[in-house]
Amino acid sequence: MMGAVKLKSEQLTAYYGEKPAIRDISLEFPDRRVTAIIGPSGCGKSTFIRCLNRMHETAPRTRVEGKVLLDGEDIYSEDPVRVRRRIGMVFQKPNPFATMSIYNNVSAALRFNGRHPRDYVDAAVVRSLQQAALWDEVKDRVDTPATSLSGGQQQRLCIARALAANPEVLLMDEPCSALDPLATTKIEELIGQLKKDYTVVIVTHNLQQAARVADYTAFFYLGGLIEFAPTEDLFERPRERLTEQYITGRFG
Amino acid sequence: MRFDRPARRKFLSHSIAVLTGLCVVAALYPLVSIIYSAAIRGGGVLFQVRFLTAVPPNACSVVQCATVGIGPDIEGTVILVGLASLIAVPVGVLAAIFASEYRSRGLGRAISFTADVLTGVPSIIMGAFIFGYFVYYPSITYSAITGGLALSAIMIPIVTRTTEEALRTVPNSIREAALALGISKWKATLRIVLVAALPGVATGVLLAVMRASGEAAPLLFTALGSNLYFHGFNQPVAALPLLIYDFALSPYSNQQKVAWGATLFLLAAILIVNVASRYMIHRLGRQMAGGA
Repeated sequence: MMGAVKLKSEQLTAYYGEKPAIRDISLEFPDRRVTAIIGPSGCGKSTFIRCLNRMHETAPRTRVEGKVLLDGEDIYSEDPVRVRRRIGMVFQKPNPFATMSIYNNVSAALRFNGRHPRDYVDAAVVRSLQQAALWDEVKDRVDTPATSLSGGQQQRLCIARALAANPEVLLMDEPCSALDPLATTKIEELIGQLKKDYTVVIVTHNLQQAARVADYTAFFYLGGLIEFAPTEDLFERPRERLTEQYITGRFG
Repeated sequence: MRFDRPARRKFLSHSIAVLTGLCVVAALYPLVSIIYSAAIRGGGVLFQVRFLTAVPPNACSVVQCATVGIGPDIEGTVILVGLASLIAVPVGVLAAIFASEYRSRGLGRAISFTADVLTGVPSIIMGAFIFGYFVYYPSITYSAITGGLALSAIMIPIVTRTTEEALRTVPNSIREAALALGISKWKATLRIVLVAALPGVATGVLLAVMRASGEAAPLLFTALGSNLYFHGFNQPVAALPLLIYDFALSPYSNQQKVAWGATLFLLAAILIVNVASRYMIHRLGRQMAGGA
């Protein structure tokens, strides 16, 4: 039933100080599919996704145990900078580089990571903006400041910026929580397009969103993985009582 | 007589208003009076021909002797502050980067604490310290080099603290965005975070330059002062604050006049540089925020 596994966590436990925020999570993300992670606030879903590209450890007094395998190789025994070039991330709030133009935002990864010919960078910027469904709106003003864009456009700019680095996996940490419904719809449509080329992992507190965009869904509760299944099964025939209670709105 | 409640409250409110107003006057009085007396007594000499280029006068008791100028002292101050900035800006900025961006390590906290303490150290002690060190190297004990070092010791903690504060105002989401793109930490810090903090850093450097250009104490036994134009980094060098210190104590009226002229020039220069660079920093900030 499941295709090839692109990314996989094995007994992953992550700490803030001495306190574990997630415990013993083993989860497989199929190649070029969208996997959603749902669960009530504080269940560790954001912590978990931040472990998948080694962003968790950039905060002070944090620690990770266990493994995360990308194409079978443990990313925790690789250089984190190289890991993050293969596994991109989009954050909760749009965070474009305010000091840079639209063009410079999208080309940041290429410009700062090694030397590339100008026309190669130009092409990558256009391609990434097209993939992020932003090109038509900004093609006449790529040299204007990124902060001149609306919130929804800024988030798509952040997606384009992540794509320009040429990742294989795209992590999205509640990418629509700061956006209005129209902008949310655009991002959701975009996710449907992106899974043709990328493995997408999306954290969301919005159950309908998970149901709309995800092929697979994982339910987290109190730092543990409760259930993982194809989205349809999880929402229509949950195996766990907790999952059923959560998706029917009895807590959370 | 007993006040009833509302009257008492009004009385208190008015008294506080008057009191705070008086404090404003007390706070502004020294500044206004300094500018006023410097303008009155220094204005005449400042606009004399060649005042900004001629060398300072020797002691002269004849009533009509020439006033002459402050050329070497302007040049010396520019050289000393320039030299000090060359040392203080990179050292201060890099120390601040370490303190702010690598704070989880104990040394980062130690740097901010040290900078705080150093900001409070009297400037004459900085001069004495540099003197004490270089007294064993007599060829440069009194020179532009030691003067620049003494001024840089004043500037480094100021640059460090203001840069650190500026870096802290850069939202963490910017650091995360850069790291998540696979940009290495030092590149993200230097080319994204520091650039975002640039207006704040520039303000700090400006503050330090202002402070250093007005300092006499650290130069007393380092730069020493001179009546001549700059003639080598290993030679004593003139400076405006030293000239003011010297000539203000002079019994000769021509030298006193020069001291007033130099005072007015220093005040005006600091004011002009301050306003001009604040305007530029403001524009830089607006440009970076995308409002330009």
